[in-house]
Amino acid sequence: MSTPPSLLVDDLAFAYPDGHQALFGVDLRLEQGERVALLGPNGAGKTTLVLHLNGILRGGRGRVTVGGLPVEDRNLAEIRRRVGIVFQDPDDQLFMPTVGEDVAFGPRNLGLSEPEVARRVADALAAVDMADAADRPPHHLSFGQRRRVAVATVLSMRPEVLVLDEPSSNLDPAGRRELAEVLEPLPVTLLMVTHDLPYALQLCPRSVVLDGGVVVADGPTRELLGDPALLAAHRLELPFGFDPHAVP
Amino acid sequence: MGAGHAHGGLAAAYVAGNSPVHRLEPHTKLVAVLAFALVVVLTPVHAGWAPLAYAGFLALLLGVAAVARVRLGRLLRGLAVEVPFVLFALLLPFVSRGPRIDVLGVSLSQSGLAAGGSILAKATLSVLAATLLAATTDPRALLRGLERLRLPSVLVQILTFMIRYADVIGGELRRMKVARESRGFRGRHLGALKVLGPAAGSLFIRSYERGERVHLAMLSRGYTGRLPTGPVAVVGGRAWATALSLPLAAAAVLAAGSLLG
Repeated sequence: MSTPPSLLVDDLAFAYPDGHQALFGVDLRLEQGERVALLGPNGAGKTTLVLHLNGILRGGRGRVTVGGLPVEDRNLAEIRRRVGIVFQDPDDQLFMPTVGEDVAFGPRNLGLSEPEVARRVADALAAVDMADAADRPPHHLSFGQRRRVAVATVLSMRPEVLVLDEPSSNLDPAGRRELAEVLEPLPVTLLMVTHDLPYALQLCPRSVVLDGGVVVADGPTRELLGDPALLAAHRLELPFGFDPHAVP
Repeated sequence: MGAGHAHGGLAAAYVAGNSPVHRLEPHTKLVAVLAFALVVVLTPVHAGWAPLAYAGFLALLLGVAAVARVRLGRLLRGLAVEVPFVLFALLLPFVSRGPRIDVLGVSLSQSGLAAGGSILAKATLSVLAATLLAATTDPRALLRGLERLRLPSVLVQILTFMIRYADVIGGELRRMKVARESRGFRGRHLGALKVLGPAAGSLFIRSYERGERVHLAMLSRGYTGRLPTGPVAVVGGRAWATALSLPLAAAAVLAAGSLLG
């Protein structure tokens, strides 16, 4: 038997209670270990899609499975362990008084023993190069450090899929590079929502363009970014002077 | 737990240190301070020996402060929260009934003088004890102490988020202020309220929305209604005895006063 895909979204449609329909039948399949950028203009439905991946939003048409496990009420705890979402504002993600307690929040909710929690916290903080920050309160960290710690807070749950919402936003160039260095070696399936097209090209061999609540393009990142007509049609723009074919 | 968080926001009251008072488990200190305040409040107002008892209590507190190496100036700054009580206490000698005495030509009520003085003394002593607690206990440890004393989990969570987000919301407040003033706003007259009112409203809405986003992030990591806590240290009889020595000594002062006075 082959391994099930890490993430399978099948004909997902969703309308908010106020009647606004955000998704109109999204299909998406991520194999284990794949790295995919989710591109699209503001209002395309990216955040709505992301919130379906761990069952925060449900109740529309279609279905989502994570590593073969359907997103349903009775599976929610396991689904939220398997899918780690890093939200855009680290101040939303880091709500505990210290970095260590925050990284321990997920593992403790899983009911792990304290020695195991301590091990996971140490591993996760080491993975994002913040090993000595465990006792510090989040507001004493730089923005880039907070973003990396936010990644650690879901890594400590050993997720199968890591979902990042705008990971490079508000980072200075060094912070942006440091985050990329942290993300590159992680042994997870990665879905990265971003407007930062060079970052998508650097980290994700494959990209998916979402617009108007449907997937409008899905292919190798370099090809999609090399298609000016596609980019223009969906309000995507490369930075001035950036040539996707000139990048190694 | 370095000295790094001794500045800014709600943590400002804490003075990092490693004295025996600092090292006591927070929940034992909370119980001790509460018990001490109870003893102070129980002191009879009109007893002749009451001032002596107050002096005794003060000596005990100063003793603890010396052990904790908390400076006198730090303790006095803590008294600022007491100002409304002071105003009330100062008013009493003027408005109370009963026999009156003349002080510098002003007629004052004797019982009002005693009651006012006693309110002042009791409030000051209780606030000093609370200041000592705040100065020797990290706010986060204080929360863990409250949790161990079975304060309802929801209240502990609210206080936890207050400590975490006071600086974040304070930052938003500062940025809004800078943005206002950058466009020529000066909040020095009554008309400024027309601007500041909506600003407070928008800060409230922003904070509310942040609350919703934080809740999403918590749910995404398996939140089920309780903040999980780490391991708790077992507290033996000796630690309790050390912590409770303050209220017990205060009770002894009180007992001596009632028996001898």
